[in-house]
Amino acid sequence: MTITKTPTVVAGGVGTSPIRPDGIPKVRGEFAYSSDLEVDGMLWGSTVRSPHARARIVSIDVAPALAIRGVAAALTIADVGGRGLFGLIEPDQPVLADGEVRFWGEPVAVVAADDRETARIAATAVVVHYEPLDPLTDPERAEELGETFRVLDITRGDPDARGEVVVEGYYEVGMQDQAQLGTESGLAIPDGSGGVDLHVSTQWLHVDHEQVVASLGLPPEQLRLHLAGIGGAFGAREDISLQIHLCLLALRTGRPVKMVYDRAESFVGHVHRHPARMWFRHEADRDGILRRVEARILLDGGAFASTSPAVLANAAYFAVGPYASESVTVHAAAARTNNPPCGAMRGFGAVQSCFGYEAQMDRLAAALGIDPVELRLRNALDREDRIATTGQVIVGSLPTRRVIEALRALPLPDEAPGDDPRRLPGGTGLTTSRAAVMRGVGFAVGIKNLAFSEAFDDFTEVRAELTADGIRIHTAAAEVGQGLVTVIQQIARTATGISNVEVVWDHTGEIGSAGSTSASRQTQMTGGATLRACEAVAAVALARADAESLDDEGAWRDDQLVMTLADLVAAGPIEHLERFRHPPTTPPDEHGNGDVHAGYAVAAHRAIVDVDPELGLVHVVRVDTAQDVGRVLNPQAVIGQIEGGIMQGVGLAIMEEIVIDRGVMKNASFTDYLLPTFLDAPDMTAVLIEEPDHWGPFGAKGVGEPPTISSTAAVVAAIRNATGRDLNRAPVRPEDIVGL
Amino acid sequence: MIRLTINGVPHVVDPMGPESLLTTLRDRLGLFGSKNACEQGECGSCSVLLDGRLVCSCLVMAVDADGAAVTTVEGIADGETLHRVQEAMVNAGGVQCGFCTPGIVVAASHLLATTPSPTETDIREALAGNICRCTGYGAIVRALEPLAAES
Repeated sequence: MTITKTPTVVAGGVGTSPIRPDGIPKVRGEFAYSSDLEVDGMLWGSTVRSPHARARIVSIDVAPALAIRGVAAALTIADVGGRGLFGLIEPDQPVLADGEVRFWGEPVAVVAADDRETARIAATAVVVHYEPLDPLTDPERAEELGETFRVLDITRGDPDARGEVVVEGYYEVGMQDQAQLGTESGLAIPDGSGGVDLHVSTQWLHVDHEQVVASLGLPPEQLRLHLAGIGGAFGAREDISLQIHLCLLALRTGRPVKMVYDRAESFVGHVHRHPARMWFRHEADRDGILRRVEARILLDGGAFASTSPAVLANAAYFAVGPYASESVTVHAAAARTNNPPCGAMRGFGAVQSCFGYEAQMDRLAAALGIDPVELRLRNALDREDRIATTGQVIVGSLPTRRVIEALRALPLPDEAPGDDPRRLPGGTGLTTSRAAVMRGVGFAVGIKNLAFSEAFDDFTEVRAELTADGIRIHTAAAEVGQGLVTVIQQIARTATGISNVEVVWDHTGEIGSAGSTSASRQTQMTGGATLRACEAVAAVALARADAESLDDEGAWRDDQLVMTLADLVAAGPIEHLERFRHPPTTPPDEHGNGDVHAGYAVAAHRAIVDVDPELGLVHVVRVDTAQDVGRVLNPQAVIGQIEGGIMQGVGLAIMEEIVIDRGVMKNASFTDYLLPTFLDAPDMTAVLIEEPDHWGPFGAKGVGEPPTISSTAAVVAAIRNATGRDLNRAPVRPEDIVGL
Repeated sequence: MIRLTINGVPHVVDPMGPESLLTTLRDRLGLFGSKNACEQGECGSCSVLLDGRLVCSCLVMAVDADGAAVTTVEGIADGETLHRVQEAMVNAGGVQCGFCTPGIVVAASHLLATTPSPTETDIREALAGNICRCTGYGAIVRALEPLAAES
């Protein structure tokens, strides 16, 4: 039989919004998250945590815990072989506190018991004697003492360059929590021959693997990490939380061990967005051209390094924003204190400095009498310009002007605040009368690097395989909810013509690292690897069949099916392993200059707020945006990233802050740490600017972080515009608006 | 021992003392669809219907639910046929990580069953007890608005 047809463009390829393969299981409640895993005979683990920000451990007695029926283990640092230390960049944090606790909530001991409640009780039964010490909680004092994770000094151009108009400002950003809805959880299953399989929700399986085997002294092949269902991440899962503890308990007891943090423990169990203190001095000509920018940026890294060195680098490199300046001096430091450790959160250092430089741009515009949007246009960076701090020439796309102009061209809504109290400041609290409301508009622009920087060997591995049913993509890349799984399918479809694409998550023993699901990198990195691997598979298949195109039926030539997929595969396996790297980057030189970044994306936000100036309440009415996305691979997913990212930026602007008092976290719950709700969400319109980049698949750029960079700055600018107050701090608190 | 009718199926369970209905559903009955994200009734991830009322199952003691009919997210679809809320959530991009999704599916299907033609602000108010950290809520509202117009 001869089948004749003309192959059509593949369904569900690049540029469309196919439904996500995990969508139906998720709406049915059938998708298995790491907290939903269980096996027969498993134990539950629980963690003993420090009630002090800093203390010497005089003694730990686990005997009372072990005396409880059903308790299988109670372990301390004395039970840890190997290095006993972990850390994403440098291993400086003990698996369990070693002689001294350095932050409130630091793990001191772990227990495992037959059920969750017994484990919890056992954890409280461990007797730890502490000798409290004076905690170092002021990051400025820490920097004076030389207690820093990294200091980065950047100088570029003539330090004597001067402008005619000078504005100076001091700004602060509070500590934000990722508040991913799924708390940390996992299940470790011993294999009976000294090894262990860990099923865990993480952003980067292979870096967890490295840290677990090094800290416990395991042969690498004895540990396999499997990706379990993930309930959001936003940076919270880039570091180790319970991975090492679970493996330690499972190996010691010889039984499977499950752990799930409750919300309070989640708050202390992962790192947070760094609080920042920032000083800026901007000098410009009368026509608004920046002549010199000076900045001092101080991040509080907390007790352990985590990613502080890299977060600091971002804050420093983007201290001028998406603007040109030929003379720059930046002094940036990440301090080591006894506050809770800080590390990755969406935006990763670029958020903090953006809050400062965009407030400065508004001040400068006011001082010059120039429209603030016009001032930004005059200084905007584009392709072939140099980043003001590093001097790096921008080789990919960076359509800053187009982004600003597209956003400016969106109509401002002319409707006044409505009468529905649910959409007024104070909401259903019915606190605000319509007449009290003052409206303001704010505009901000932000820039962020894409993928890893400063000479990091950033790669991702993908194996593509042709089967009789279609294409199978093997990867270890974490799908945290953002929709990478859909984008991988789309890229594979477009690359091969075959629509039936299955994504298989291999464990760490089966495939190489995909790198981190962070830094907006997976669409470009794992997407890029998928494209190359699929192109290679398709080329072999076409050559084997001497055909012109492929689809779900097989290989086609002259509108004739010449070989089915089953026939193609029967003639020998067709697969390709791709290890994909982005263009190399360099470390900074002694002036903090160099080609440290692999690429950039820019976004602009315009916020409209209604403010009750008497009660200090804010309702964010709209946040519109234009974003540089390179090329849209999945419109629905891009909009999802933009709206979700803006919402987190709005949260940081007006309500989200972890409050720390002498090292102690005061609001580690969803009752006390405020998160935006459906009623807090502004309306949003997004313009996607497509100017293909130089290395992402089909010119795509990562889109996850740019929505959070300048949305906070835009909302606070709008509140300044409504109230006339300086407001140098995010989040803006009611007392800041009222002026108490 | 307490009796619960869950998604139409009778169960007899023996919860421990102050155990929440959420814990009973997840740890004793293996119904993992209802999610535990805050255990304080702030996020709505554990939302279920208790004798037709929308509740956070983390705030209900299991013993207080003795004799009640409970509908969890697992009971929203009609067999293989998705509830229109479920279908709309998937199609409109209202699902990202999905951890809030079970609670939103339960709360939104309850809203549409009990409130004729809710406005956008009605939808937002009705779901204000359901936190979503991924979507910024826009896609969920876009999923539900056409259904509200139909109801």
